[in-house]
Amino acid sequence: MYAFDYAKPASLDEAARLLADDPEAKALAGGQTYIPTLKQRLAQPTRLVDLAGIPDLATIKEEGDGLAVGAMTTHKAVAASPVVQRAFPELAYLASLIGDPAVRAMGTIGGSVANNDPAADYPVVVLTLDATVRTTKGEHRGSDFFPGMFETALEPDELIREFHIPVPEAAAWEKFRNPASRYALVSVLLVRTKDGEIRCGVGGAGPTCFRATAIEDALRSSFAPEALDGVTIDAGDLNEDIHATAAYRAHLIPVLAKRCVRRMLRR
Amino acid sequence: MTNPTPGASRREFLSTAASAPLVAGAAAGVLGGEARAQTTTGAAMAGGQVLVTLKVNGQTHRLSLDPRVTLVDALREHLGLTGTKVGCNHGQCGACTVHKDGVRVLSCLTLAVAAEGSEITTIEGLADGDELHPMQAAFVQHDAYQCGYCTPGQILSAVACVKEGHAGSDAEIREYMSGNLCRCGAYVNIVAAINDAKTKMGA
Repeated sequence: MYAFDYAKPASLDEAARLLADDPEAKALAGGQTYIPTLKQRLAQPTRLVDLAGIPDLATIKEEGDGLAVGAMTTHKAVAASPVVQRAFPELAYLASLIGDPAVRAMGTIGGSVANNDPAADYPVVVLTLDATVRTTKGEHRGSDFFPGMFETALEPDELIREFHIPVPEAAAWEKFRNPASRYALVSVLLVRTKDGEIRCGVGGAGPTCFRATAIEDALRSSFAPEALDGVTIDAGDLNEDIHATAAYRAHLIPVLAKRCVRRMLRR
Repeated sequence: MTNPTPGASRREFLSTAASAPLVAGAAAGVLGGEARAQTTTGAAMAGGQVLVTLKVNGQTHRLSLDPRVTLVDALREHLGLTGTKVGCNHGQCGACTVHKDGVRVLSCLTLAVAAEGSEITTIEGLADGDELHPMQAAFVQHDAYQCGYCTPGQILSAVACVKEGHAGSDAEIREYMSGNLCRCGAYVNIVAAINDAKTKMGA
């Protein structure tokens, strides 16, 4: 790690001010991605602004037609939350599959979404359900939050307060995990919204999460696994690395979507 | 290796040697008393050091640290608690697992300064005097290791796994121990040890 100063402000406003005052300062949430990044000297912040000392950022509550989840809520807390397990069990299930237990104890939903790793899981939720991202500067729509790999709509000194996640009528999450890292090679979140709309979000496959409109169209006419038999996904824009070729990732998307359909039909 | 002094173990020698810098750290802490009085956490001192109060295994330690020092390095290099191991040092292997306020975390991905105010438990803090924790005893009984390097992290993670209620079946144990790698491949015996210890832990 390069040298940095450390600050642990007691309020979100103070944290935002520290970041606004120094463009080279960086916010620290759970640190499960950013500390490895620092260790590899891929970042050189002048100061770390640790958000862990700010009260009321790790709350989960029902609000209107959805869940309000504070930015510093850990994956472990989401997975174990009785509120989430009752209102949106698939979200608790999704959180329980992130990384490993120690990572889930520190890693946060706000950190995951603000980082927008192509293989991260929460961005798929925010995009697919068009969650509202409430920040220190206003609000963003989830459908318009992830312009590209490791990029978000956030300003450098803008901090996420909480997410409002609309609870769907039905949902299924399928994640094809790398057996060692537990990151998604490909993940699919299939939902039927309260308005009856079918949406299919994909993670791990492309530079950032995206909606698979071909799958949505096919399932709209017939909500059955066979409806996806002829559906192919263009591998041209997908990621290729030591773990999987782009063609393999393209192949996995309808495969996982079919598994989602089967699980939603079984319930 | 011969013992440095008759009757002293290699572990005790290493522990004593590692504790020496602690004296210097404590002295620097006294000099920084003014800074410490101003704020509670991460009080800045000259030379980029911060004063950090760590509670480890029931004991309170005051250290003067660079903010970059991770919890595992503070434990090993500054407090002489070398039971916690550095494996990959970036959150993939679990060798550095400790408990922070009773919850298992990776001490290589936790800054020491950010651990202020928390109760840290390491492998040195599990036993009750000379009596091993049931999980430690079960690891010995079931030969749940070969080289032993990952073992402190495995045991801390296993204790948490049982306390969380995630040791209900072999499959659940494997899933909830997936963050702790054992390159010797002692997994079968680790699962057996956890199954054994969970009853003795009252789970």
